Amino acid sequence: MEQILNTIERSNVELTKEDFVSDQMVKWCAGCGAHAILAAVANVFPKIGYRKENFMMVSGIGCSSRFPYYVNTYGFHGIHGRANAIASGVKISNPKLSVWVATGDGDSMAIGGNHFIHTIRRNIDLNIILFNNMIYGLTKGQYSPTSPMGSVTKTSPQGTIEHPFNAGELVIGAQGTFFARVPDNNIKLMTEVMFEAARHDGTSLVEVLQNCIIYNDKVHAPITSKDTREDNQLVLRNGEPMLFGAGNKKGIRLNQTRLEVVTIGENGITESDILVHDQFQQDPGIQLMLAKMAPPLYPVAMGVIRSAMYPTYDDMVEDQITYAKANSKILTVNDLLNSGDTFEVK
Amino acid sequence: MSEVKNVVELEDAVIKFVGDSGDGMQLSGTLFADTAAYDGNDLTTFPDYPAEIRAPQNTIAGVSGFQIHFGSKKILTFGDICDTIVALNPASLRANLKWTKKETIIITDSDAYDDSALEKSGYKTNPLTDGSLKDFKIISAPFTTLIKECIKDLNIDVKTTYKSRNMFALGVAFKLYGKTLDHTFHYLEKKFATRPQIVEMNKRVVKAGFDWAATNPQLECLYNIPNAKMEKGRYRNITGNVATAWGLIAAGERAERPLFLGSYPITPATEILMEIVKYKSLGAKVFQAEDEIAGICSAIGASYTGSLALTTTSGPGLSLKSEALGLAVITELPLVIVNVQRGGPSTGLPTKSEQSDLYQALYGRNGECPLIVMAASSSADCFYSAFEAAKLSVEHMTPVILLTDGSLGNGSELFKIPDTKDLPKITAPLAKANDPNYKPYNRDEKTLARQWAIPGTEGLRHRVGGLEKENGIGTVSMDPINHELMVGLRAEKVQRVANYIDPQEVYGDQEGDLLIVSWGGTKGVIRDSVIEMKKEGYKVGHAHFKHIMPLPKNTTEIFGKFKKIIVCELNSGQFVGYLRITHPEFKYNQANKVQSLPFMIHELKEKYYKLLEK
Repeated sequence: MEQILNTIERSNVELTKEDFVSDQMVKWCAGCGAHAILAAVANVFPKIGYRKENFMMVSGIGCSSRFPYYVNTYGFHGIHGRANAIASGVKISNPKLSVWVATGDGDSMAIGGNHFIHTIRRNIDLNIILFNNMIYGLTKGQYSPTSPMGSVTKTSPQGTIEHPFNAGELVIGAQGTFFARVPDNNIKLMTEVMFEAARHDGTSLVEVLQNCIIYNDKVHAPITSKDTREDNQLVLRNGEPMLFGAGNKKGIRLNQTRLEVVTIGENGITESDILVHDQFQQDPGIQLMLAKMAPPLYPVAMGVIRSAMYPTYDDMVEDQITYAKANSKILTVNDLLNSGDTFEVK
Repeated sequence: MSEVKNVVELEDAVIKFVGDSGDGMQLSGTLFADTAAYDGNDLTTFPDYPAEIRAPQNTIAGVSGFQIHFGSKKILTFGDICDTIVALNPASLRANLKWTKKETIIITDSDAYDDSALEKSGYKTNPLTDGSLKDFKIISAPFTTLIKECIKDLNIDVKTTYKSRNMFALGVAFKLYGKTLDHTFHYLEKKFATRPQIVEMNKRVVKAGFDWAATNPQLECLYNIPNAKMEKGRYRNITGNVATAWGLIAAGERAERPLFLGSYPITPATEILMEIVKYKSLGAKVFQAEDEIAGICSAIGASYTGSLALTTTSGPGLSLKSEALGLAVITELPLVIVNVQRGGPSTGLPTKSEQSDLYQALYGRNGECPLIVMAASSSADCFYSAFEAAKLSVEHMTPVILLTDGSLGNGSELFKIPDTKDLPKITAPLAKANDPNYKPYNRDEKTLARQWAIPGTEGLRHRVGGLEKENGIGTVSMDPINHELMVGLRAEKVQRVANYIDPQEVYGDQEGDLLIVSWGGTKGVIRDSVIEMKKEGYKVGHAHFKHIMPLPKNTTEIFGKFKKIIVCELNSGQFVGYLRITHPEFKYNQANKVQSLPFMIHELKEKYYKLLEK
């Protein structure tokens, strides 16, 4: 992986996983997908290479949000739904921190939905890891905004009657600049994607399809299990054709205005008919279609789906302050107090 | 006509400019106030405007006003009954007659009393001619006609001409009270520097009003209000909201911490947000959040990151911030929450003032959740209260709620400009890099404050959050004994702030028959009522509280020196309820008003008389 160059100070020594191990016992259930996310973070932080004191982990409430206790960084465990608002304050206050948000589908898309979309819209340089297990775990098994329609849960005994959110669609709808998706059983891809998220200037959203072994076991199995993943996952690589399936025989092409799954060699289809992934494309049209793909008609897109360059909120804050300092007559509070209309009593 | 008029000297006067929203009454009022200040009067002002932006023209709902109380004595309130009302239309006259007395001077535009305007304002007949105003001194003139005459060579359109009526009225008021036009001319030249014709028009119109008043026999006499005896120094007229903003900015400088404000616009607190955002040159970072919750949560994030963090709001916004306040309490981070109170509950009376959020500030959170509560006592005092709120917050590592209110926030008074080097230093309890003994919840022996370890600092990585922490090491702890210890420590930490605040002062008699107790924005009117009682020979004292949680340490001692105590507040009795809990050994009487209107001196005195007679 190449070096990330920005204003965050880098470590002058090589860091390892051990530098980020906290002294706290990890209290997630055995078999929970969150363990894999923790492993990927431990992998990627040393690779990112910033001073270890420059990492900051913020979370809200839920199983996902215990994350800050399990990594040895500066960390803040917030309140339900507010991780993105807290993290926004952290990053604006000190843009030289690498700020990571651990949040869940309930935390960010239900109670914290407002903060989620506005953080993304502003393009504050945060790295948000969305643990999407499609269920409320810590409150023991109620449906979430991403639970598939018809899900039978403790609060939907006859099945849910709500349309679920697709995280990618929401991110792009909120003018997001970075969206990636990974399954929890592919730590290598997760590590790569997190590195890309760190490299991206702006709000990076990494959706992890996470298994909740207790309340929603195998909800992602049709996509992530050994026997389904080849046909039901498309791992996107920038600049490469969108091929998947056994022997990479299947691919995605653009048929008029729609994506279509085709098989190489059938009906005269060759590799040149297959779409080539452009994660940097500013127009999100194709990326949105990719983010929305789902079985049975399509595979689920994994990897970095969108990574478009836009100015970040935090950079613009600094620019405005620099400009104001260079151009204002008010540079101390005494200047301020004596500015405008004043008069002397003698 | 003779220019010679009898000049009567007055100690003080109250003038109110009223008209339609959009008639420029706020500008006339501000110019009058600034002129009075330049001329050497002390003053207090208050804008009185509707919740709507532009309600239908000529209706009572659309009436906007600006009141000035100015004088040669120390002016403590914006006054209740008006000596002069400048009314630009019948609706504004009708809406403000309740603030008049016999012989109140009414300056008004007779051109504005057409049938349509009279009907919309609810008048059946023209009050200028039907005799209903016979108890007042009416100064009426056809403003529009006179304005047209004086600017006829300037080729100004009808609409602009009509809009300058406020300037004509201002000219009349200036002459009436012996003021000069220089400041207004200077203002116009600066404001419309690129539009010389507008400058010329407005100057002519204000001068025309001034000259008309000089010779018109309706003005029986002119008034002179001598200079106030004020301490030497440089002054400015300042509103409470601006003073709050500046106090907080000053605190950031004295604490050597960057300033961060996370806020969401809400009446009547928005001006603080709009003011602080102007000073990016002082490093102020301002985040207009998507809602009240994000306002405070971003501030908490910024506080953890080492900023002097602020959030500003009004009552309903404070309700939304409650949960996050608990987070700031348990993470023991500095945070200043300004609540510019308005009439409640719910949306209530957004542009009116009340003191009804005290219980919310003290108790409005889940769990045992103590924090510092302070209340500013005048518009200029907002500067010092905001500064002290920030100082206590940082030095004691705890959130502070500063209560102001709509009257203080929008009202103004003269402010003696301090030098920042004379403001107290603010010492943030920062943890030192690589301190081997650093533990997130280790405490200072005296204050019980924990240390502030700023992210990025070497050797201090740690986690905090909303789950209960083990005292000292700061790891998550569900241990029952530790929880009880932490509940006690958080309360004790706030109580110990009493060791760092000034003792409570008593104005007037230090012991006697009646102690008059108040807090927050009512200081001026209550002080005036006490001054009158003293003049009448009563043995009364006035204890006005700025520090509510914790209370000053000498509170018990003060209360013990008076035979009776009366607690006056603009709610149904919240501070008195709090005193009954904290100081149950005393008997408290109450004076309350919940009309979203200020106290009037006479209604307070009636309460005092009754108590003193018993």
